Amino acid sequence: MLSFFTKPRLRGGVHAEEHKAVTAALPIASNFPLPKKLYIPLQQHVGKPAEPLIMVGEKVLKGQLLAYSQGLISAPVHAPSSGVIIDVNDYPAPHPSALPIRTIVLETDGKDEWIKTQLVDDPFQLHPEEISLRVGAAGIVGLGGATFPTAVKLNMGRENHVDTLIINGSECEPYLCCDDRLMQERAEQIIDGVRLMLHGMETENAVVAIEDNKPQAFLAMRAAADPYAPVNVIQIPTRYPMGWDRQLIRYITGKEVPVGCRSSEIGVTIHNIGTAYAVHKAIRYGQPLLNRVVTIAGGAVKQPMNVEVPFGTLISELFDFCEVNLDETARIIMGGPMMGDSLPHTSLPTVKATSGILALTQSELKNTDEQPCIRCASCVSVCPAGLRPLDMANNIRINQLDAAVDLGLKDCISCGCCSYICPSNIPLVQYFKYASGEVIARQQAQHKSEQTKRLIDARNARMERIAQQQREEEQARIAAKAERERLKAEQEASV
Amino acid sequence: MMVHMKPSSGAHVGTNKSVSHIMWQVMLALSPATAFGLLCFGWPAINLFIITVLSAVVFEALCMRLKGKIAKPVIMDGSAVLTSWLLAITLPPWAPWWIGVVGSGLAIILGKQVYGGLGQNLFNPAMLARVALLISFPIEMTTWANVSPLFFSNSPGLIESWHITFSGLDNIDASTGATTLGFIKTEFSQNRLLTDILKDYSGFLNFIGWSRGSLGETSTLLLGLGGLWLIRKNIIQWQIPVSLLMTVMLLAGFFHAVDSEHYVSSLLHLNSGALMCVAFFIATDYVTSPNTSAGQLVFGAGCGLLIFVIRTWGAYPEGAGFAVLLMNSATPLIDYYIKPRIYGRDRKGKPLEIPK
Repeated sequence: MLSFFTKPRLRGGVHAEEHKAVTAALPIASNFPLPKKLYIPLQQHVGKPAEPLIMVGEKVLKGQLLAYSQGLISAPVHAPSSGVIIDVNDYPAPHPSALPIRTIVLETDGKDEWIKTQLVDDPFQLHPEEISLRVGAAGIVGLGGATFPTAVKLNMGRENHVDTLIINGSECEPYLCCDDRLMQERAEQIIDGVRLMLHGMETENAVVAIEDNKPQAFLAMRAAADPYAPVNVIQIPTRYPMGWDRQLIRYITGKEVPVGCRSSEIGVTIHNIGTAYAVHKAIRYGQPLLNRVVTIAGGAVKQPMNVEVPFGTLISELFDFCEVNLDETARIIMGGPMMGDSLPHTSLPTVKATSGILALTQSELKNTDEQPCIRCASCVSVCPAGLRPLDMANNIRINQLDAAVDLGLKDCISCGCCSYICPSNIPLVQYFKYASGEVIARQQAQHKSEQTKRLIDARNARMERIAQQQREEEQARIAAKAERERLKAEQEASV
Repeated sequence: MMVHMKPSSGAHVGTNKSVSHIMWQVMLALSPATAFGLLCFGWPAINLFIITVLSAVVFEALCMRLKGKIAKPVIMDGSAVLTSWLLAITLPPWAPWWIGVVGSGLAIILGKQVYGGLGQNLFNPAMLARVALLISFPIEMTTWANVSPLFFSNSPGLIESWHITFSGLDNIDASTGATTLGFIKTEFSQNRLLTDILKDYSGFLNFIGWSRGSLGETSTLLLGLGGLWLIRKNIIQWQIPVSLLMTVMLLAGFFHAVDSEHYVSSLLHLNSGALMCVAFFIATDYVTSPNTSAGQLVFGAGCGLLIFVIRTWGAYPEGAGFAVLLMNSATPLIDYYIKPRIYGRDRKGKPLEIPK
């Protein structure tokens, strides 16, 4: 009964059908043929795009820096294989709009020849700041999907003296199991990456949290972490969106991250499994982030599996490899089916954020036949953020965006639980994304008009000042002239 | 290169629960009690049930026609059928045909469509219609037929049932009587004491539903089981039924303990199909009840309190309809004051403070 009064550790969420069994049982495919061309976007992370430092026609080696990071929040991009740069231009981005984005095109030579990498004997002797520097130079970003530059997070963790590092192995999205396979096959490397992160942040404890629908990954990770007391591997309940960082932080530490704060401010930093693995490779072997494990799954995929894919590989090549039936494909999704984006076509590259590519058939998709809201409040009960999606959507529908903001629009994390559960098939998340974009656009428009008004006011004041000055000068001139004439008259009179 | 459809955001997958699925599940849960009621009260009840449901469908179609919309998909969502079903089971079983038609018209047109259709109404349409009928036609709405099960000798045949439904009952006193709660109320007014009044009361017969009452509301057992099944199926939540029943039980228990000769025991209060129907099927109506669990607890308790007050001190023996309507009007208020706390914010919506 007492627990009734304490804060709930898990709020909302849904249990979606997992669709992971087939892919989670297969080893990560290593026989994916190296694509002839790689399309490497310069922005694969949150923050400023990287700036290219190669020339078209230049020959590059695998792991060579292609574009350097610009500014504090940014990440560099490296050559995923050896070959020749054939173009630096705008190509469609892996985004629902497929709008063009600056991209380096690399024609591979098939040799996969590595650049000379920098090795260290004992990375634990390195200065913690050196760890962040190397992680930053390796182009590592959060591989759970947020793609926030990892080095920045390590620095924030160190500066805020966080006491707990959480490694997010929940992988709560249906279909996706790239982290699951990675944990099953490369547990020791991941744990090593975790220890290196701990060293880099000067933090004592790490908790690796794995959803209890991945028992094999849990066993492998626990065995790998066994010799290291600071790394604790735990099982957490399977419930989407368990992998939402703030949900996981509350579940593990009992603390809630205040709105507008970063988790490091309450002493917690959270990183993804894949990120830990990338840190291991970067620090131990000096290898930058060049590829990642991607889940290819969905009803239209004949050979669903996890593939280790170099960045820049076109989705169409992955689909050929996994024998995707495009006629049956009703929707292509990058990421998981809950939060992923639908893509318009397959001539788009895989990037650092690509945890999975799904080819779903019509029968797997949610019915889009929208019906009136019956106020069943399922959306309220599943919302992990504590919002009332139905009221927000009602306000957005009548263009009352301010009311929607008051109801908590900005606290929406777009996890999709409300859209998932809605019996009336109302595309709630679509409403919220639209409204958020519209609110920003309106703020910008308002800002712009205020700016214009300020400029006009300033101009008016300036003109007024100039006119005043001219008037004064005129009067002074008139006065001087009168004075001169008076003096002249006096002189004439005296003469 | 193939080009796909307009972009859409997640979730791309979803549950297969649909509005009509929910409606049909509720009807399924109602059907044992309804079937039992129809069996107990015979052909006139079956006539009334069919008339009520059919007229609701006709009214819904008519409203859709007036709106310039295609009626079929709206009718197929099952909400009109469910509303009229709920109305029908709260009517006196041998009520004349026009009670059903007028009731359905009130429920569908005034109770739902004038507000803008499904999901927009403030009041529970079935209860709105029932209360309007009770106030407008008190005689017809309180003439309770005796239990006269189908195919038994005292049950009216098919032809006779048409006579009852379409031109009224000839010999009212021979085949009707009072409900348990109504009987207690009248006897109280004659200054009799409970032990005396309840000499012939059988808890068991009331429990299974072998007693006078509304068409499909007599069986505590079947309605209760239907409700539990709905909770199990996750169609309704436990909060409203539990808080409603608990409130009635506690209030009745308290007053009964104080004065057992003038206040009916909690068991008798709870052993009522009408209360079960309200707790599980009427008060839990999504559209007219609060959105949050805490709000639902308040709503249920409010309904329970009003039911007890009206039953005990009011002029009507049964107050469920009034109680639900009154609480329906409080739903927007409850939703305004009781809302979930947003993650990372306090109850007032201010960001939490960073713990030291």
